[in-house]
Amino acid sequence: MDTFKKLKQYYWPYRKHFLLSVFFLFFVTVITVVYPIILQQTIDRVVLMDRYELIPYISAIFLLLMTVKGFATFYHQYLGDLFGITAVYKLRDGLYQKLQRLSFTYYDNAKTGDIMSRLTADVEGFRFFLSFGFSELLRIVLLITISLGVMFYYSVPLALVTMAAMPFLAIVVYQFDKRVHSAFRLIRKSYGNLNTRVQENISGMHTVKSLSREGFEIGRFADRNDSYRQNYLHTSFIWSKYFPLMEFIGNFCAAALLAYGGFLVIDGQLSLGALIAFFSLVWYIMGPLMNLGFVVNQFSQAKASAERLLEILEAEEDITESEHPIREPIHGHVTFRNVTLTYADDDDAALKKISFDAPPGKVIGLIGSTGSGKTSITQLITRFYEPISGDVLIDQKSVSDYYLKSLRKEIGFVLQEPFLFSTTIRENIAYGSPGVEDEQIIDAAKRAQAHDFIMKMPQGYDTMLGERGMGLSGGQKQRIAIARAICINPKILILDDATSAVDMETEFRIQKALQEVMKGRTSFIIAHRIASLKHADEILVLEGGKVVERGNHDFLIKNQGPYQRIYDIQYQDREEVMKRQHA
Amino acid sequence: MAKDKSKESPSRHLQRFHYTQEQAIEKPFNWKQMWRLLAYLKPYAKTYLPAAIIAMFISTAVRLIVPILIGKVAIDVAISEQNVTLLTYLVVVIGILYLLSYAGNVFRIKWVNILGQNVIYDIRQHLFSHVQRLSHRFFDSRSAGSILVRIMNDINSLQELFTNGIINLLMDIVTLVGIIVILFVLSPKLALAIMVILPLMFYLTTKLRRTIRRSWQQVRIQQSRMNSHLNEGLQGIRITQSFSQEQENSEYFHGVNKDNFNSWKEATKKSAMFRPFVEMSNAIGTVILISYGAYLILLGENNGGIAIGTFVSFAFFVGMFWEPISRLGQMYNQMLMAMAASERIFEFLDERPNVQEKSDAHVFKDMKGEIVFDKVHFYYDKDRIALNDISLTIHAGQTVALVGHTGSGKTTIANLISRFYDPTKGKVTIDNYDLREVQLDSLRQSISVVLQDTFIFSGTIMENIRFGRPDASDEEVIRAAEVVGADEFIKRMANSYETEVEERGNILSAGERQLLSFARALLANPKILILDEATASIDTETEVKIQAALAKLLKGRTAIMIAHRLSTIRKADNIFVLENGHILESGNHDNLMKQGGEYYHLVKAQFQMLDAI
Repeated sequence: MDTFKKLKQYYWPYRKHFLLSVFFLFFVTVITVVYPIILQQTIDRVVLMDRYELIPYISAIFLLLMTVKGFATFYHQYLGDLFGITAVYKLRDGLYQKLQRLSFTYYDNAKTGDIMSRLTADVEGFRFFLSFGFSELLRIVLLITISLGVMFYYSVPLALVTMAAMPFLAIVVYQFDKRVHSAFRLIRKSYGNLNTRVQENISGMHTVKSLSREGFEIGRFADRNDSYRQNYLHTSFIWSKYFPLMEFIGNFCAAALLAYGGFLVIDGQLSLGALIAFFSLVWYIMGPLMNLGFVVNQFSQAKASAERLLEILEAEEDITESEHPIREPIHGHVTFRNVTLTYADDDDAALKKISFDAPPGKVIGLIGSTGSGKTSITQLITRFYEPISGDVLIDQKSVSDYYLKSLRKEIGFVLQEPFLFSTTIRENIAYGSPGVEDEQIIDAAKRAQAHDFIMKMPQGYDTMLGERGMGLSGGQKQRIAIARAICINPKILILDDATSAVDMETEFRIQKALQEVMKGRTSFIIAHRIASLKHADEILVLEGGKVVERGNHDFLIKNQGPYQRIYDIQYQDREEVMKRQHA
Repeated sequence: MAKDKSKESPSRHLQRFHYTQEQAIEKPFNWKQMWRLLAYLKPYAKTYLPAAIIAMFISTAVRLIVPILIGKVAIDVAISEQNVTLLTYLVVVIGILYLLSYAGNVFRIKWVNILGQNVIYDIRQHLFSHVQRLSHRFFDSRSAGSILVRIMNDINSLQELFTNGIINLLMDIVTLVGIIVILFVLSPKLALAIMVILPLMFYLTTKLRRTIRRSWQQVRIQQSRMNSHLNEGLQGIRITQSFSQEQENSEYFHGVNKDNFNSWKEATKKSAMFRPFVEMSNAIGTVILISYGAYLILLGENNGGIAIGTFVSFAFFVGMFWEPISRLGQMYNQMLMAMAASERIFEFLDERPNVQEKSDAHVFKDMKGEIVFDKVHFYYDKDRIALNDISLTIHAGQTVALVGHTGSGKTTIANLISRFYDPTKGKVTIDNYDLREVQLDSLRQSISVVLQDTFIFSGTIMENIRFGRPDASDEEVIRAAEVVGADEFIKRMANSYETEVEERGNILSAGERQLLSFARALLANPKILILDEATASIDTETEVKIQAALAKLLKGRTAIMIAHRLSTIRKADNIFVLENGHILESGNHDNLMKQGGEYYHLVKAQFQMLDAI
């Protein structure tokens, strides 16, 4: 119950819906049991005693009660549902806001698919329980109690005989639920496996076709397809074993009822009407009982769902606003002093004692192999992570003292993977600064060398990009991402391998345009091509999280270090070609 | 929290994302399509299908007989005549009937599921296999997600129809007709009076259900929009945080969430009306039964009235009316859903591969690898000309490079050699066989394509390399990895060759993926190798390794390289310079440099750029 208590803020404010729903439920259940009583009255009082003048009254009472029941049913169901969907509506907002705040560290260890299934399936499981599960439990208890009460009122011995099979039914229901739920889990799992197989196959279709592996893929698919079928059949066999048995037990009770009840009527100990009423009452008890397992299971599933949701809601936010954040705009003077960073506690340091100073207008180049720490440096400036020691300063104040929004809105970041959203090109460029004028958007696109290809598209800036920016080449996506960064007119510009997918000519044009953009801004450029960063004021050469070499291009190419080695490899072609030209 | 909104127009970010909305169009019932769907039952038409139907008949019959036995025999005869022996016999008979019904139910559930699952398996296998055979054009125009949805979700929505749907439909019709017949036999007058509620019930199941169904469709549309955003929002969270758009996105989401809430509230309100209406119509039936039934009892059996037992049987049957009617309504919903799903499935099944294989196609046994393009034209669309009158010859064992800007036609040439597409005009031949005349498998098994973006399947590294040739032994896999120099980093991994990798996992860097795909290609031991050189972020040191591996890979094969790096291009036997689908010039590096044409300028320009930046 502790789990539910922690989520209280999302549903407790709407308890009114729930309580009213339960209030109406009470009417529904009581009136349900009235039906067999009316039947009994009709037979015993009217038919057998020949008092047909009572018929209009009975009919009127019955109709009246059913009308009341109709309204009560409506409000019971509607208010119960409303309770659940309102709570979940608030919960979703809460989850979303939390997910917006969680830091990169959280996302490094999380899978989108897993979070998605929590946001959909688990939220749904929780709603179902709030809307339906708990009041269904109440309904079952109420219905069984009242029905039993009426049965015992009519005839104690007959009630006892009829109910003799109840324990057996309870055992069968228990066994069934125990088995069927683990079987359902297997179905879900094998469905997931099947899904993964198809998804991979389609995403890798080009590879499959290139290697002519269609037959092999069909075979692999058949395995998973068959495993899904087998798991499904396994479950339905459990179903076929227990479900008819439950019905049989119920029917058996009805037969016992007929035998013993018929005897009692013949013997004069029971009225005929009461016997008929028993036939309805017995199903009011058996039916809910068969459902009980389902509801109890719903409860435990809702609890598990709630726990998974709490894991998100209670995840640690390691990047938090300082108590008195600085909201003043920054100038962009970036200083690192002995900065050391580790991503996880027992990992090696990703950055070791990094220091540099970048006053406004300075261009810093970062080069080094994959995993050397280039990206980590830039991600500390935006405070996506926090160093374990050393200081990351902007304008001589620690980045953690700034109000996050005023810090980040001055930093234009182009990430390695140019993620674009499902909206128009215009909105994508304006993403960081909603509400900018169109001129500014077009200007940013021009500087990023994106304007020309955008204008060639049928709808220009209003071209809709599909999910994950489909339909654009890697280079085009990168250019839009650059435009997006320029568009916020940042004080600090960070380009993390931003031009890797464009061809050389375009890169050349982008670089030229960027030089213009970088004037007066502090810039960080991560690249593998020396040509992209040779104009930097200072180049840091990284290896294993350490700066192994630093200086400007002219100095580094003669420094006999890794930079010179990279330079030689990249420029060897030129030497040779040029030699032949002169020869 | 104070918000910085001085400049922003307040509402723009509330419409910042756009997601494809599925339309809520309802497909009319289409018999032709239904028959086509039902044809999947054919393999089981003599086994599970009739067996399930018989089992269903048994339990339905018992359900219909018992109320008569209780009313007409137990009450009217045994109890009213105080015949305990008859009562005992009767209970035994009913007990036996229930046992029969029990057995019927057990086998019905079993067989119905075997039937349904086999059909679903068959359809899915059919669709998947069909999709495998489709050509590149098919995949070009569709997202992976939309194909996935058809193979998984659309087929699943047929599951209910084939498992319970068809049998239940029969069962409900039998039950309904059975009840009506029995009621009329027992007492035509009372039956007629009670039938008044039938139209009411049918009205409810069709009309009210339709509005309910439509309002739930709205919910689904809202939900899918919400989920699209959630999914995208999570994937783009880093961008959102970089541009500090968390607050704006939360406001956007709040709007989507609220729309979802409102549509749900509407739907739930309508749904909640359903039960009360149904119960009211049932209540009307009961009132008719009580008043008119009681009157008929008063008349007495001999004066055209009824016995108490008939009345009791009626009471049972009136209670049983609702279930089949309600399920028939649901069935109708299910049919409409199945219509929509099967239409989407059949749309895929009706796709013919653009690249077709002839029945007497030539099988390459020992390909030499001489490739000739003879006046080849190719259009992706009518207004997108990719190749314009290309003629070229690549001799067996040669290495050629294709050079040109993005969109000049390099990749298209490679795609035509693997016959992923057929030329619009002209022909492509290998060893003098027109590719339209050869067997696809034998062609593609002789060609390996190393793509710019190598696909890694989830599984071990061993399995990923072996994808090139599934029957290769572990030793052969390892040898291939050694030759291309992938061995080194693989051995450094936690479980060496048994390390699990997956597509989106960050275990492998771009360069390492590239080396894996080299190993894969080498293992396949192709006659022709096509390399789409990666320009993506590979650090220089790794690139040197890749270049070294490449040299080993090229030995003794015909190779076509789509290259950007001069060092690769320079070593090629022949270089084709392409522009807008034309060949501008060709020759080896030295000749082309001497010619001083486009190639010369391209090389010069690159160096100038290197210097100029």
